[in-house]
Amino acid sequence: MSTDTIPIKVELAGGLELLFDNEKTLNVDLPAKTEAGDAPNINYLVDYLCVHRMKDTRREMFEINGTVRAGILVLINDADWELEGEGEYELQPKDTILFVSTLHGG
Amino acid sequence: MTNNMHRCAVCQTNRAQVIRPKNGQKICKSCFLEVFELEVHTTIVENNIFPTRGERVAIGASGGKDSTVLAATLKTLNERYDYGVEFVLLSIDEGIHGYRDDSLETVKRNAIQYEMELCIVGYDSLYGWTMDKVVEKVGRKGNCTYCGVFRRQALDRGAKQLNISHILTGHNADDIAETVLMNFLRGDLPRLGRCAEVMTASPTSTMRRSKPLKYAYEKEIVLYAHYRELDYFSTECVYSPEAFRGNARSLLKELEKIRPSSVLDIVRSGEQLVHDTTGPIRLSCEETKDLRPVGSGQIGDIRPMGVKRHSPVTVPQTAQEIPHQPADGSRVQAIGVCGKCGYMSSQPICKACVLVESLNRSNAPVEVSFAGDQALH
Repeated sequence: MSTDTIPIKVELAGGLELLFDNEKTLNVDLPAKTEAGDAPNINYLVDYLCVHRMKDTRREMFEINGTVRAGILVLINDADWELEGEGEYELQPKDTILFVSTLHGG
Repeated sequence: MTNNMHRCAVCQTNRAQVIRPKNGQKICKSCFLEVFELEVHTTIVENNIFPTRGERVAIGASGGKDSTVLAATLKTLNERYDYGVEFVLLSIDEGIHGYRDDSLETVKRNAIQYEMELCIVGYDSLYGWTMDKVVEKVGRKGNCTYCGVFRRQALDRGAKQLNISHILTGHNADDIAETVLMNFLRGDLPRLGRCAEVMTASPTSTMRRSKPLKYAYEKEIVLYAHYRELDYFSTECVYSPEAFRGNARSLLKELEKIRPSSVLDIVRSGEQLVHDTTGPIRLSCEETKDLRPVGSGQIGDIRPMGVKRHSPVTVPQTAQEIPHQPADGSRVQAIGVCGKCGYMSSQPICKACVLVESLNRSNAPVEVSFAGDQALH
């Protein structure tokens, strides 16, 4: 079972899609266990996206200090990630994670 | 899907989906939308933003999240609370290919979605220059100065063309907190107080500017746009962003992470400081540095208005030494009218005309003429 994956949906908005080749939706299959043997959480997902899916070289536009940079809002199944434990939230199959930047011009 | 479900603190029924940054309250999506709208309504009522029924009011619309949320909220509120005002979307086309042309498409859709008239005024028709052409001429250093100076006047000029004397802008609490921080860091107390005002008006004209989203967090605006599935455009200007604002913004976001109320607290600080700038005001170091003889340096910020020309060598030490000082002491700028275009200016020729002149030096001259009004920040 160690080769199992967790299928999740990632949505990008507010300009973040520009870092991912203008893709607004990504279907991601995360390993069910990280290299350290933990269940993958949001912080792991952020790193995973930077390594595997980001087309832009400016990683710091998305990730700073092991989590999303301040000013990027994260919604876990349409709820504020602050309600769910933020970066520590352990991803469940079929979760929808929205990353939306608040940093772009209004 | 989640282990620990929170119930909405307002309706006690639905699943909480939002934590309100200003008080930590956990509320559901529909209560959030309601509370957000109610707070904007409260700002409008408490500040008497729409004093006259039947008034036509312009909404400065960029197609971005703030102005889109502003237009959507105001349409909802105008119908719900019957303000009896008519909104017109007013957009500025800076002439930046790949940036503004795309966002203007969003504004055009918004005009249909919200059933509002749309007016687009372009830098090319106002000044004879698009930003693309400005950048071609001056390069990517300093081009934001041109854009900033031009934009300050463009909204007012557009509103005048529409015979409108009240402009609403989508500035949110984060924007204002950033500006408060920037003005604080620059030692610019007159601007510090003014930038936090919900409504600004100039003594030289009847143009008013209001910020109904002044107390709304950027986070709330993005959530509101998301939950209402509003159609907005988000990209960064293709030319250099404002570096200083970027740093103020990063600082603010870090502060907000540690203490979410920081944003509104800084806005409140700005509001309070306006009452304290009654004594003589020293110019900041930056302004002192900027006091070089006219024509000797590069084009800097628009400050200090009324200082460079009158006293290029000596630095005025107090507000009293600067000519045409208003009695309330709340601003050090002397306010007059540009001799060339009639726009509010502290110097014989306003900054926009000076910039246009410098651009035109090797080109055919361009007529800039439109009576205008005061800038926001």
